[in-house]
Amino acid sequence: MDRDQIRTAVLACLKTIAPELEEAEIRADRPLRDQVDLDSMDWLNFLVALHQRLGVDIPESDYGKLSTWDAILAYLEAKLAA
Amino acid sequence: MIEFKLPSLGADMDEGRLVEWKVKPGDPVKRGDVVAVVDTSKAAVDVEIWQEGIVQSLLVQPGETVPVGTVLALLSGEGEAAVVPAPAPSPARRPVSPLARKRARELGVDIERIEGTGPSGSVTEQDVARAAEASAPVDRQAQMRQAIAAAMSRSKREIPHYYLGETIPLATAAAWLTACNAERPVAERLLMAVLQLKAVALACREFPDMNGFWRDGAYVASSAIHPGVAISLRSGGLIAPAIHDAADKPLGTLMRDLTDLVRRARSGSLRSSELSEPTITVTNLGDQGVESVFGVIYPPQVALVGFGRIAERPWAENGSLSIRPTVSASLSADHRVSDGHRGALFLADIRELLQHPERL
Repeated sequence: MDRDQIRTAVLACLKTIAPELEEAEIRADRPLRDQVDLDSMDWLNFLVALHQRLGVDIPESDYGKLSTWDAILAYLEAKLAA
Repeated sequence: MIEFKLPSLGADMDEGRLVEWKVKPGDPVKRGDVVAVVDTSKAAVDVEIWQEGIVQSLLVQPGETVPVGTVLALLSGEGEAAVVPAPAPSPARRPVSPLARKRARELGVDIERIEGTGPSGSVTEQDVARAAEASAPVDRQAQMRQAIAAAMSRSKREIPHYYLGETIPLATAAAWLTACNAERPVAERLLMAVLQLKAVALACREFPDMNGFWRDGAYVASSAIHPGVAISLRSGGLIAPAIHDAADKPLGTLMRDLTDLVRRARSGSLRSSELSEPTITVTNLGDQGVESVFGVIYPPQVALVGFGRIAERPWAENGSLSIRPTVSASLSADHRVSDGHRGALFLADIRELLQHPERL
């Protein structure tokens, strides 16, 4: 899966939580949860959606690596390539 | 004959607009069945029935707005002869004034669907205007803001609030949660909010003066513990539906129920019992970064527990200083029902329960 496919999948997962979201509104280097107003429940649902769509299991200990949009894409790219 | 009335779904509801019937004359219904969808100022709600019987007649039609308490339908109960509904007669052609027909065209209203109130059931210009108003798009956000304004104004006008705050150490709970979640697949992980919710529900067992309703000048404790969970809606506003029997549920069940409740609150498919039955409110604004929350009680409830942000803070104990995760818990309570002393013991109980997460 290339970066564009991952980006499309992540956006689709995010839109299940925040349907009003447009990709152009996302500042790729800023904290995502603050930008999209994701609370703990939204965040967990986002991770569940990623798991269902990409088959990636993200442990709680890795949450700190997922702060920005860019960081999430990089993390998933590495995880899917492994 | 049993009357099925429009229930009150909260202190901020005076009326509701029937969106859809889920039953028709002749259908059997039992307790807990969803029989209608009603639009309130906050959301479209699946309205349940709490009687058993056979639907005899539907007295209110979709699109009509009626006050709380209006009889929506009649049912025959056990032992009563069920009346098989006669087939509806084919509608006679009704007179429509030319002015009404013109007005209907201008407003884009289907004249055949309008009930006439003029002579011989004729459709008048006023009937058209009323129908157009009823079918106008609802400004949900404005309505919700008005509903919140009405309920919160009533609360501040009628309830003598008192407020208490307590800093609760969460090192044990956080470590327990981390270990617990490491064993669980992502879809079954728990949030600290669920531990907090369960702790409040268990504390309500010991403090019935926090869990109930002030009605008609007196307090009535609730035998059930149904905490209402404040859920912010992405389009603005909030709603606080109940999680039923929270004190009796294991954490995994509570987490599933909470996830489901948040999803349905945001997609607009709550049930009437979830809106009419909360016995205390729990609000959690920690994710938004606030230190503490001092909430406004949702009448006729008598207490609200708020949780702020969980963060590492300095903690002094036994003469030494350490860094621990803590949360600020607050209680807003009704002074007509309890005093600060009871409120302090209630918060202390919540703190103590959160020190033993394995028992929750």
